[in-house]
Amino acid sequence: MALHSAIKGKLISVIGDEDTCVGFLLGGVGEINKNRHPNFMVVDKNTPISELEDCFKRFVKRDDIDIILINQNYAELIRHVIDAHTAPIPAVLEIPSKDHPYDATKDSILRRAKGMFSADDLVGVNRG
Amino acid sequence: MSGKDRIPIFPSRGAQMLMKARLAGAHKGHGLLKKKADALQMRFRMILSKIIETKTLMGEVMKEAAFSLAEAKFTTGDFNQVVLQNVTKAQIKIRTKKDNVAGVTLPVFESYQDGSDTYELAGLARGGQQLQKLKKNYQSAVKLLVELASLQTSFVTLDEVIKVTNRRVNAIEHVIIPRIDRTLAYIISELDELEREEFYRLKKIQDKKRIARKKAEALKEALLAQGIDTRQAVNNMLDEGDEDILF
Repeated sequence: MALHSAIKGKLISVIGDEDTCVGFLLGGVGEINKNRHPNFMVVDKNTPISELEDCFKRFVKRDDIDIILINQNYAELIRHVIDAHTAPIPAVLEIPSKDHPYDATKDSILRRAKGMFSADDLVGVNRG
Repeated sequence: MSGKDRIPIFPSRGAQMLMKARLAGAHKGHGLLKKKADALQMRFRMILSKIIETKTLMGEVMKEAAFSLAEAKFTTGDFNQVVLQNVTKAQIKIRTKKDNVAGVTLPVFESYQDGSDTYELAGLARGGQQLQKLKKNYQSAVKLLVELASLQTSFVTLDEVIKVTNRRVNAIEHVIIPRIDRTLAYIISELDELEREEFYRLKKIQDKKRIARKKAEALKEALLAQGIDTRQAVNNMLDEGDEDILF
């Protein structure tokens, strides 16, 4: 199994608002597998948090996904689940969404690295 | 950590040699692990600075990509549902490679194109140029994100490994080496004790022998005074004066 999945190319999955998803799908990351399960999830403001959580957990469990992209504002909603995911693969990346600028202080990874880099580095990230 | 904590071993010369060898081994291991930890730490800091740099860049790229999406929407009209419904196979996939840093394998992601563009005909009516630009922007965003993901994965893995290595270094430095030191000190003290005992025993035996010899001399003197000369007595070679042992 491990050998098999090592040869096969892995997928990038996206959890985000409609525009983010559409953008990345146009970039060509989307795939619907044999069981008609997509590797992306469109979240709107009516989506319950539990569904978001379930979806994230499902993506983590799938072994054909190596990278999970998630909008930072949604990552904030399921922060406990993301913090609980400590395995290196799949890598969880928080990306800025259209209407929420990127806040480096909230990022799980950068929070772990807190104290290791100086304050002006943080400002540099905030600008981005 | 009690001061009496030591390896349960019988204090002997052999055990002392063994402990000395172990101490040398522990020192060597400590040095090697420290070097490993330093190498990992160096790599870790490099990755950290790269992550920060890439995250900044990601902000820019994502902003541009989102802007081009708005542009495309403006010219083409709303195509969100069309795109969301027409997903089939992924065009960009990820390969994993292994990188080795001081015996730690770090996964490195690499994206590659696989298959044709599903949305080749999107924007055929109008806004084709904007859509092309949009696709290109998002593809470059994906590339950057894949790079960031491998950095982040390396970061997480290295973080873990550094913690483990540091723990080992500290354990050797503060637990194992002192314990061996204590054991060695114990063995040496015990051996010294044994030596003192042995010396005392020898002295005691010499003492006893001297007393016995004096007694024998005195007896001979007394016999001589009585007129019995034992000095000329034939010494039987076979008779050593021992008591016969009868079983």
